[in-house]
Amino acid sequence: MQRREAIKQGFSLVGLLAAGGFAYGEFASASPVLKLRPPGAMDEDKFLSLCIRCGICVDACPFHTLKLAQFRDGGIGMGTPFFKPREIPCYMCTDIPCAVKCPTGALDASSMMSDSKLDINKSRMGMAVVDDKTCIAYFGLRCDACYRNCPLIDKALKLEYKHNERTGKHAFLLPIVDTDVCTGCGKCEQSCITKKASITVVPREVIKGEMNDNYIKGWDEGDFDRIKNPDTKIKLNSKKSLNYLNDGDEL
Amino acid sequence: MKITILRRLVQFGILALFIAGNIYGVKILQGSLSSSTLLNTINLSDPFAVLQLFLASFSVSSVAITGAFIVLIFYALIAPRAFCGWVCPVNILTDCGAFLRTKLKIGKNILNLSPNLRYYLLVLSLIFSAIFGIAAFESVSFVGGFTRGVVYLGSSAISIAVIIIAIETFVGKRLICAHICPLGAFYAIVSKFSLIRVKYNYDKCSKCFKCKVVCPEEKVLDIVGTKSGIISSECISCGKCVEVCNDDAINFSILKLGVNK
Ligand code: SF4
Ligand code: SF4
Ligand code: SF4
Ligand code: SF4
Ligand code: SF4
Repeated sequence: MQRREAIKQGFSLVGLLAAGGFAYGEFASASPVLKLRPPGAMDEDKFLSLCIRCGICVDACPFHTLKLAQFRDGGIGMGTPFFKPREIPCYMCTDIPCAVKCPTGALDASSMMSDSKLDINKSRMGMAVVDDKTCIAYFGLRCDACYRNCPLIDKALKLEYKHNERTGKHAFLLPIVDTDVCTGCGKCEQSCITKKASITVVPREVIKGEMNDNYIKGWDEGDFDRIKNPDTKIKLNSKKSLNYLNDGDEL
Repeated sequence: MKITILRRLVQFGILALFIAGNIYGVKILQGSLSSSTLLNTINLSDPFAVLQLFLASFSVSSVAITGAFIVLIFYALIAPRAFCGWVCPVNILTDCGAFLRTKLKIGKNILNLSPNLRYYLLVLSLIFSAIFGIAAFESVSFVGGFTRGVVYLGSSAISIAVIIIAIETFVGKRLICAHICPLGAFYAIVSKFSLIRVKYNYDKCSKCFKCKVVCPEEKVLDIVGTKSGIISSECISCGKCVEVCNDDAINFSILKLGVNK
C-alpha cells in the first residue's frame, strides 16, 4: 500500500512539473514589446489603474489593430490592449470607435476633441523616430515610402532637402518627424521598406524630453509671459556635491 | 445529470456568444466577463473589478459603474454564486480537475489551505488596489486571463487551463474555487440574501451523504444529518447535491424572507 502511495505521489509530481514546464515555456518565449496604447489612452499609470482589461476596444477596431497582452508579450500588463504598428498600424478612424466604446474611461475620447468634434489627429499613441544609419534615404537613395504613407503628410512627416556633398550633384530627401504633430499611428513604420523598419514608433514617455522653464524662445510671440512668475528659489543640494567630491569611487 | 447538462450549456453558450461577438461580429455579447456590451448597447461590468478600479483611480466612468450595478443586483437577487456555478469558465476546468482527481484516486492534498483564505485575499485585493493604483486582482486574475484567452482566441488560455487543471488534480481538492478565488468570495458575500437557495430537509434524508461527497464547497452541507435548513451563500448553486439525492431531501427553493434562521 505504501508503495502505491509513493508511486502516486511521484506521478503527481511529474504531472505538476509537466504543467509548470508548459506554462514556463510560454513565459520564457516572451519578447519585450513596446507599449503602444490605443488612441486616447491616458498616461500609462492612469491607464493601468482604469483599464478593466475587457477587450471592448479590441473588438471595436475594424482593422484588428489592437491586441490584448498575453503571457508572451513581455512588459505589458496582462490583458491590456496595445498594438504593433509594423504588423497592423492604427488607421486613424475619424469616429475613433475604440476610445468611444471603452467603458471605464481608460481611453478618453474627450481628450481628442477639437471644436467639440472628435479629432483623431489629437491622439498621441507614440512618436516616430528615424534611424539615420539604416534609412536608405540617408544614403542618398530615393525612398519616401514612410512619408507618402503618413496620414499627416508634410505635417507630421516632412522631407528635408539637402545637398549631397559627396557626389556634388545629387540631393538627399530626408524624412524628418515633427514630434509635436506625430500621432504615433505607425503607418510609416508599417510601410518602411528596410528589413527591420528604420522608422519606429516608440511610446512618448520613453523618449520625450522636457526642458526647464527658464529658456525663452525669442521667436515665439508671448513666450516671455511664461517666466512672469518664475520660481527663483535655487534648488541646490550642497551635500550632494560634497558627497560627490568625497566619494572616491565616483572618480 | 440534467442540471449539470443545463449548466454546461449555459457556460459554453456564454463563451460561444462572446466568441461570436468578438470574432464574427454577431452583436449579442461583446467584450469579456470583466466588461461587456449586451446587444451593442447595455454595458455589463464585473462589480468586483469595478470596485478595484474605483479604489485604484477614483475616476471610473459612469458607464462602468452602472454596468457593475446591473450585474451586482442580478446576482444578489438570483441564486448564490450563480456566477461561479453557471457562468465562470474556470468552473469547467476545476470540475475537470476534480474528475481527474477521483479517476486517478488521488486522496492526499499537497497543500491544505483554509477556505477563509479567499476572504483575506479579497480584502488584500482591495487594499492593494488602493495602495498601488492598479486593480490588484484583475492584473493577476486567472478568471479574467482564461476568459480573455478563450473569447479572443489568445494563446495564454491553454497555459492557464493546464495549470488550473494540474493544481486541482494534484495539489489540493477544490483549491482554486473553494479556497483561493477572491471573486468567488465576493459573490458569496453578495449572495447573502439571494432568492433561490438550496434547502435541506432532515426528515426526508436517509443519511447516505452522497451530497456531501459531490459538493465542491466543503462546509456548506455541514447541516446535512443534523437539522433542516437553508444552506450558506458559499454554495455555488451547481445543483450536484440535488442531482445525487434519491430521497428528495435536498432541493432548490425560493427563499421566503424570514425562513433563513
Ligand atoms: S482609431 Fe480606428 S484603427 Fe486606430 S485603433 Fe482605434 S479603431 Fe483601430
Ligand atoms: S475598452 Fe478600455 S477598459 Fe476595455 S480593454 Fe480597452 S482600454 Fe481597457
Ligand atoms: S520608408 Fe524607411 S527607408 Fe524609406 S525613407 Fe522612410 S524610414 Fe527611410
Ligand atoms: S470561485 Fe472563482 S474561479 Fe471558481 S467558479 Fe467562482 S469565480 Fe470562477
Ligand atoms: S450545496 Fe449543492 S448546489 Fe451548493 S455547491 Fe454544494 S453541491 Fe453545489
